[in-house]
Amino acid sequence: MKHLLGIEALSREEIEAILDRAESFAEVGRRDIKKVPTLRGRTVVTLFYESSTRTSSSFELAAKRLSADLVSVKAAGSSVEKGESLKDTVATLSAYDPAAIVIRHPYAGAAQMVAGWTGAAVINAGDGKHEHPSQALLDVYTLRRRLGTLEGVRIWIVGDALHSRVARSNLIAFQKMGAEVTLCGPPTLIPRGIEELGCEVVHSLDRLGDAEVVYALRLQRERMSESFVPSLREYAATFQVDTRRLNPRQLLMHPGPVNRGVELSGEAIDSPQSLIVEQVAAGLVVRMAILYELLAGADRPTPVLEGGGKGSPTPIGQPA
Amino acid sequence: MSETRRTSEPLDLRPGEDAHVVLRRATVLDPVAGIDGVHDVVVRDGRIAELAAPGEADADGAEVLEAEGLHAFPAFFDPHVHLRTPGHEHKEDVETGTRAAAAGGYCGILAMANTDPPVSTAADVAALREEARASASIPVGFMATVTRDMAGAELTEMVELREAGAVGFSDDGLPITNARVMRRALQYQKLCGGTIALHEEDPELSGAGAMHEGPVSAGLGIAGIPSVSESTMIARDAALAAYEGARIHVQHLSAAESVQIVRAAKAAGVQISAEASPHHLCLTDEEVRSLDPHRFKMNPPLRRESDRQALIEGLRDGTIECVATDHAPHQPEEKEVPFEQAAMGVTGLETAFAALHTELVLPGAIDLGLLVERMAGGAAPFGIARPSLAPGSEANVALCDLAAEWTVGEDGYESRSQNSWCAGRTLTGRVLVTVAAGRVAFRLRSFSLGVAA
Repeated sequence: MKHLLGIEALSREEIEAILDRAESFAEVGRRDIKKVPTLRGRTVVTLFYESSTRTSSSFELAAKRLSADLVSVKAAGSSVEKGESLKDTVATLSAYDPAAIVIRHPYAGAAQMVAGWTGAAVINAGDGKHEHPSQALLDVYTLRRRLGTLEGVRIWIVGDALHSRVARSNLIAFQKMGAEVTLCGPPTLIPRGIEELGCEVVHSLDRLGDAEVVYALRLQRERMSESFVPSLREYAATFQVDTRRLNPRQLLMHPGPVNRGVELSGEAIDSPQSLIVEQVAAGLVVRMAILYELLAGADRPTPVLEGGGKGSPTPIGQPA
Repeated sequence: MSETRRTSEPLDLRPGEDAHVVLRRATVLDPVAGIDGVHDVVVRDGRIAELAAPGEADADGAEVLEAEGLHAFPAFFDPHVHLRTPGHEHKEDVETGTRAAAAGGYCGILAMANTDPPVSTAADVAALREEARASASIPVGFMATVTRDMAGAELTEMVELREAGAVGFSDDGLPITNARVMRRALQYQKLCGGTIALHEEDPELSGAGAMHEGPVSAGLGIAGIPSVSESTMIARDAALAAYEGARIHVQHLSAAESVQIVRAAKAAGVQISAEASPHHLCLTDEEVRSLDPHRFKMNPPLRRESDRQALIEGLRDGTIECVATDHAPHQPEEKEVPFEQAAMGVTGLETAFAALHTELVLPGAIDLGLLVERMAGGAAPFGIARPSLAPGSEANVALCDLAAEWTVGEDGYESRSQNSWCAGRTLTGRVLVTVAAGRVAFRLRSFSLGVAA
């Protein structure tokens, strides 16, 4: 695997390899000194054309935990504001010979284009409404830890699938791992033709009880003015996942940030069945695993973890 | 010499010498003129002087091209080309655009008016015609906008524009969204003539769409342009044209629903004609999975296979009377960006015939005669004489080698831009020589060398 551009291009085996790797990094996270020298002397660039809290911070922390040198570029305040093209920005950053470029961009296919312009491994941290593969991987990781397997698990993705790259990547990832996915939301927010990806589409929460996992999506407030929904009030009344609609055996997930009181009730977010905080924690180890797989993995030996006691971090793999 | 109307009549091109050429033993195919056989085609004094028995024509000082095994067709006519001048000469201009057309076998093209500034005044038309008389290698006609500066609000001075030589009217690139303005233009057409060519799209339904709305756009997370964005506007304008007795031409049909509406309007007697582009006839939105905007981003977008089949059926039954390339040159920096941000449009003049021959004729979807007929079908809707190989006609000939295989872009392009939807494809069939308005407008270099040897 040279790049991580989307879930669509990954096989189940490749997904599982990343998840297995992430498991080994979870152990590193329990040490006092949470750093391994794997990427010492190598450079990771994060290039974010859209705002982000958890994705950018977890990729940055993941790179640092692996001892990489990190350059974080945000479009705001950079030469992008002076009209520099994506191609020229990538050429500029590539001059530093980075091992990886992590890019978030408001348009589909940006990461794929960047991969054609740089020698670095490219990681898609979200391209428009297309894909967000690291999110899908951390969600699968979270569920696999909780359930053991996704095989045959019934997952409902609820909300604004039209404007959600998370919905697309997760739908594909969940299916690749053997889950049965149902997409639920108002007809205005379900992409026409999405059922050809193999999911069921419903427009009501009536059968929500069928789900073992409920994955709620963020509803942006501006969707009202574009007449996708008449009001947040009506949306919440029809599609909000709350403790009344959830049963205690169902697991609840959300990619964040949550609009409390819109797609999820506050009570549901804070309920014991909510995995939202676990998802964030998983984000770090999964992103470490992604960097590792792309930059140090593949043809390299599996990490040596023995002697990983307090205060004595042991190398995981070796720098390339 | 007969008084046949000339295709080049209302169009302009630079001065040049009439060719005196004999195409020896060419397979001549002009279904409209009822010509299908091996002849010596004699071009002299700007006319098809004679279709002689094979090997029998008197060379009489003419250049003789050995054309055995090659096909001579009436040269093609494209009613939908963007020459980008004035304003965007870094993409194309009259000289490069007509050269590209000549290389594609065309003897006439109509240039759209969505330039910068748009062609909205008589002076704009006059300046372009002068430019064409200086640098066009084949006859070119100019459209003027329907509304002033394509703002969709006020009509242009259509009478004066026609007097200045505008072939017809189009706000192509943009729809005329206001039905009242559309109706006024159709009424006013009675005064000035000139077919009104329409880019049919409801911008509210298209929104920020960048590709066809369907399963592929759902999978890519790219906002879709639904088929009804096109078909509902065609339905509106067909109704208005019927009501006003006006003459309209629907540009770049892309959706099955649109073909259906045009077919029904024709059956009801509306004066409506329609075109389809080679890329819509050859490709579907499956191509967009590559997210390559150079080859696959255009408006209207590539749609489903069922739409493509409907277009082919429309071509067969005459609902669509012509192929039009919507040749839309763009520079690399406008395409080297993510798909949704990239400029709309692909070039097509140099590859139209070869692509359709490869993708539709060779697999048997349509026959060669129909393709030849439709390639020149774009003249008549604009009141221009159809190119013909009947003796006495103005000499407009495309000499093609239907067996030649070539890879598009390998030897560069005549166009100033490289955003060909065929880039990298291997096509079967190639234009070797184009005679336009009686002159040799194009020779494929390798072929001319072969003749010299």
